[in-house]
Amino acid sequence: MTATSAAPRTLIQRVSNYLYVRPRVSLLMLLALPLLWFLIVYIGSLATLMVQSFFHLDGFTGQVVRQFSLSSYAQLFTPANVDIVQRTAGMAGVVTLSAALIAFPLAYFMARYASPRMRPLLYLSITLPLWSSYLVKVYSWKLILAKEGMVSWVINTLRLDAALDWLLGLPEIGGPSLSISPIGIYLVFLYVWLPYMILPIATALERVPKSLIEASGDLGGRPGVTFRRIILPLAFPGVVAGSIFTFSLTLGDFIVPSVMGNSSYFIGQAVLSHQGTSGNIPLAAAMTTIPMLIMGIYLYASRRAGAFDAL
Amino acid sequence: MSNQNPTPAIRFENVHRHFGEVKAVDGVNLDVLDGEFFTFLGPSGSGKTTCLRMVAGFDRPTSGRIFLHGDDVSELPPYERDVNTVFQDYALFPHMTVLDNVAYGLTVRKAAREQRTRRAEEMLDLVRLPGLGKRKPSQLSGGQRQRVALARALILRPRVLLLDEPLGALDLKLRQEMQVELKALQEQVGITFIYVTHDQEEALTMSDRLAVFSHGRIEQVGSPAEIYESPATEFVAGFVGISNLVRGDVARGILGTDTTFSVRPEKIHILEPDAAVQGGMDSVRGRIEEVIYLGMYTRFEVALEGGGKLTVAQQNLETSSMDVHTARGREVRLVWEKSHSRKLGGQA
Repeated sequence: MTATSAAPRTLIQRVSNYLYVRPRVSLLMLLALPLLWFLIVYIGSLATLMVQSFFHLDGFTGQVVRQFSLSSYAQLFTPANVDIVQRTAGMAGVVTLSAALIAFPLAYFMARYASPRMRPLLYLSITLPLWSSYLVKVYSWKLILAKEGMVSWVINTLRLDAALDWLLGLPEIGGPSLSISPIGIYLVFLYVWLPYMILPIATALERVPKSLIEASGDLGGRPGVTFRRIILPLAFPGVVAGSIFTFSLTLGDFIVPSVMGNSSYFIGQAVLSHQGTSGNIPLAAAMTTIPMLIMGIYLYASRRAGAFDAL
Repeated sequence: MSNQNPTPAIRFENVHRHFGEVKAVDGVNLDVLDGEFFTFLGPSGSGKTTCLRMVAGFDRPTSGRIFLHGDDVSELPPYERDVNTVFQDYALFPHMTVLDNVAYGLTVRKAAREQRTRRAEEMLDLVRLPGLGKRKPSQLSGGQRQRVALARALILRPRVLLLDEPLGALDLKLRQEMQVELKALQEQVGITFIYVTHDQEEALTMSDRLAVFSHGRIEQVGSPAEIYESPATEFVAGFVGISNLVRGDVARGILGTDTTFSVRPEKIHILEPDAAVQGGMDSVRGRIEEVIYLGMYTRFEVALEGGGKLTVAQQNLETSSMDVHTARGREVRLVWEKSHSRKLGGQA
């Protein structure tokens, strides 16, 4: 073998050499498939959706009029629709906040205290519920929370029926039973989305070097100060990432409210019925822009608040 | 010492730190005097960093006590101790500006913003980084981060500054500059520095005194010259500088008794094989096996007549690489002053 190698013999060698000296071609080959998918399936369908939202339904014929108009958007501001948006966003907010409150201490334990042997087990047990079917989980909760279900039995055994009745009697969030009430919707949402909050926070906390915490203590920071000034700001991108999941998943879901809820619609249910039963695709499309808008505002506000400064 | 019994800045009293079965620190007794530049020198795993962390409060002794200026601090958390630390990885807060990093100690103590800013700017001047306060740590070079870490640790005017291999991540040139600067800074601020390093050259350059650590114990404490010229144990002789260890029959052949001893390579002269040996000198015959030209000096590996090897270093005063390489294979006589044969105790 000489140092200056002879011309490549096989086809594979020639192709490799060709690509090696032309990094742009290799990059194009690498990205061709995801790029096509992203452009057509993702951006394309989103664009179609946006275009649809500017059409409107002819009130007499029930036909979609393919002309630019803002009338679908105008319909969003009817009291019934405003009510739906408020209900959904409120639920998403409360679910997100509760998930963050439950997830943070657990994630903190996983990242800081769990032994190297215990940590993978914890991650496994948190992701384990995600392996089973979403529908099965939701219907299981329906049974758990039903009037004759497990939770009622426990409450009954503890002689706390009065408290439960009081809770279910509250306006707006109450209902005939836990399984048919906003409280039930809230509990199930919290259960199904919690892993999506725990994992990003735990990841963010794990990336905070121990020396930063020691440095804060070394400079006189008591544990509370260290938590507030060092740990929380550095874990905040994880909290935001987790809240994007819990918030947007709640905004878009129609199964949990229809299984657990009463007759009050959430955005997802409204979209479903507009494009299904009533064939008002433009209004359905206009409604789906609301979660997008809310998420956009949320991300912008987080950024302004410095949530991503540590990234 | 003029003072009869000054309170030491730091005192280790029979300190042990065990991690399960591992005895990271295994009975350390030590006094560090106020205002000293004191170095913990040792290989990794020798217990030097654990000792530093116990002074800072990040770690607590399994048994034994640690005193800071006479007060027992063994059970105090870091935020109750009047010491500050420069971390090996600098540990700068990535979400804060340089100024906020430096001012952190004052912020935590709820100092007024004006005072915080003024003091932080003073500290940045002290470490010669004026005007960089608005940057984020990620926008600084390694050397600059090191200085920020130093400024942050000094802003509370601690009586003791702990430095955990602070120059380890810097390249050689910058490291040598910083060594000189750190030493000057220590004299300027006049506080006790505890400096942890595995680099024996660094330890010799900067320290007033140093402790050589091995397997969780201190092998020897002394000034750089004492440690270098009179190593107390085989370990110290081998770890600090290059050293020739001679033992057994070879030692008997040279000294007349089989006491293990060490002799530094630069103390040995190379003479003609049958040259006369004066009184007061130790000597041995051998053959030059290897010649390593190192620019400033040349290292010769000499195989001794009675077995064993000695390393000899000679400054290249008039010779050049062409000359020294002709020495390979030559029969020689090595001589050195008897006082440079350091008899050793302890095990390696």
